[in-house]
Amino acid sequence: MTMTIDPQATELMKNAGITPRSELVAAIEADVNKIYYGDFLAVRDSHIAIEKGKITGFIGPSGCGKSTVLRSLNRMNDLIPIFRLEGSVTFLGQDIYAPNIDPVLVRRNIGMVFQQPNPFSMSIFENVAFGLRLNRYKGNVADKVEQSLRRAGLWEEVKDKLKQNGLSLSGGQQQRLCIARAIATDPTVLLMDEPCSALDPIATRVVEELMLELKEDYTVAIVTHNMQQAQRVADTTAFFSVDISKGGRTGFLVETGPTKELFSNPKQELTRNYLAGEFS
Amino acid sequence: MTMINFDTGDGTVTHGIRASERISDRLFRAACYTAAAGVILLLVYIAFQIGVKALPAMQDYGFSFFTTQTWNAQKQEFGILAEIWGTLYSSLLALVIAGVFGVSVAIFLTQDYLPRWLAQIFRTIVELLAAIPSVVLGLWGIYVLIPVLRPIADFLHDTFGFLGIFSTALPGPGLAPAVIVLAIMVLPTVAAISQDAFQLIPGKVKEAAYGMGTTRREAIFKVFLPTASSGIFASLVLGFGRALGETMALAMLIGNSNQISWSLFAPANTLAALLASSWPEAGPIEQQALLYAAVALLGITLLVNVAGVLIMAFSNKQQVS
Ligand SMILES: Nc1ncnc2c1ncn2[C@@H]1O[C@H](COP(=O)(O)OP(=O)(O)OP(=O)(O)O)[C@@H](O)[C@H]1O
Ligand SMILES: [Mg+2]
Repeated sequence: MTMTIDPQATELMKNAGITPRSELVAAIEADVNKIYYGDFLAVRDSHIAIEKGKITGFIGPSGCGKSTVLRSLNRMNDLIPIFRLEGSVTFLGQDIYAPNIDPVLVRRNIGMVFQQPNPFSMSIFENVAFGLRLNRYKGNVADKVEQSLRRAGLWEEVKDKLKQNGLSLSGGQQQRLCIARAIATDPTVLLMDEPCSALDPIATRVVEELMLELKEDYTVAIVTHNMQQAQRVADTTAFFSVDISKGGRTGFLVETGPTKELFSNPKQELTRNYLAGEFS
Repeated sequence: MTMINFDTGDGTVTHGIRASERISDRLFRAACYTAAAGVILLLVYIAFQIGVKALPAMQDYGFSFFTTQTWNAQKQEFGILAEIWGTLYSSLLALVIAGVFGVSVAIFLTQDYLPRWLAQIFRTIVELLAAIPSVVLGLWGIYVLIPVLRPIADFLHDTFGFLGIFSTALPGPGLAPAVIVLAIMVLPTVAAISQDAFQLIPGKVKEAAYGMGTTRREAIFKVFLPTASSGIFASLVLGFGRALGETMALAMLIGNSNQISWSLFAPANTLAALLASSWPEAGPIEQQALLYAAVALLGITLLVNVAGVLIMAFSNKQQVS
């Protein structure tokens, strides 16, 4: 299910000399000048592109604003009243913070998996079918549910108890259920905030393989604290750090590049020091 | 002070528990058991005392007490079928009204429809409803509500009189004003406990719902309501319990008439209202019958609460992981 931009708007964009969206390389382009929580400047000067059909990894020390940036890509931060963004985020060429854009529409097309598993208090089946029903899915819901559970590596464990409450599963199973729920609607972009922190190594591998498989059709952005994971799955890696020099703790993007290059030959001193620390 | 320790064998000491810790733990546990047992004993004691006093009436009237509907002290004929009907019917109707409004209020006050401070003011106002004395609401019902309701009731009776619920006119006191006042009295209970249920929904569930791209209405009806359902159910059970036992306002408003009718405008009676209005002038025989009615009321209330607890235990939906 892809976002249907008003054809008239596309026409206008073309006339205005804006790249038609089929030719865009980036699914999401975020140009963050400043993100505030109330008076607190959480992130500054970070320009980041989430390229189509690729996995972009966000790494960096705790508190540097990875989650904050990720959550502003699908307007999840709108739920926090004191959140304020200066800058722009475009999705397929469309500014998602434009006044005429409904955040609900954005979130239906840019899905999200959270660090804490958060299944709904309903059956396993209904959890996965939730987004399908929301979007009035025309196909066979049961098939789609099974397919999504299989891709999330959970089908074999739950196929005999689809009617059980999703909260009755173990933490790792719940997280895979949440992944199944998020991919069932075929979002254009999938944002994942440390999705594997509740998973054991085997389930982590399943999810990593899923991500690699997903990028054939979708675009993925993932926050991870695991450097090996970033290297295994991310095509592009963005390194964030935190600026404590001015008294506050403001995060910013230090550098971004192809994962191999960033890890083997970082351009910035900050990146080099961080990676040296992580791998020592 | 003696310490209970593991023996490592090489003279080193493991972490122990002081004897005083163990004693205070035991004392605290004993205090908790005593308090809990005291409450249960009190309940049993009250039920027993009333049961003993009602025993003569139980022997005289037996089960037919529940199946007949005359209450005549002269002829010494006593039956509470009409009062049981009136109690259940009025409480159920009040619960439907209070449930719809109470849950709506809970949603309205917890789902960021209002700025926090304004929601807090509304919340306090709803809670203050519970502080209005029953007799004041009864007076309000007589002097304000009934005159307002009568033309409406007459219109409904004239136009839709073929429907059972409108089959009589409102002569004055009757079921409708009693039910409305009852609903007002139950509303704070339902609203307060439902609000708690909504506020207990973890933030990550909200994130999950909005993250799937729900509108606020969809998030509330498809996710939050099911998540809060057991708390809402608990609020309804407690509200129902309150409605069953409510006395003063009902005695003033319901019309105290021993009849069984679906009509919303017919006078009726409830067990609690019967007790309150008949006791002062009752002779010894009628008093025994009234005590028997009190046992019945106690039984119904307990039954409703126990059933509620059992249903909740079996569905157990609001799991917070
Ligand atoms: N809801 C909020 N209200 C106020 N401040 C917040 C909020 N969420 C995050 N912050 C602040 O913003 C900064 C960035 O937080 P963020 O969660 O984005 O970091 P992170 O890089 O994801 O860290 P971690 O790796 O520990 O998850 C932190 O200083 C944090 O305290
Ligand atoms: Mg984070």
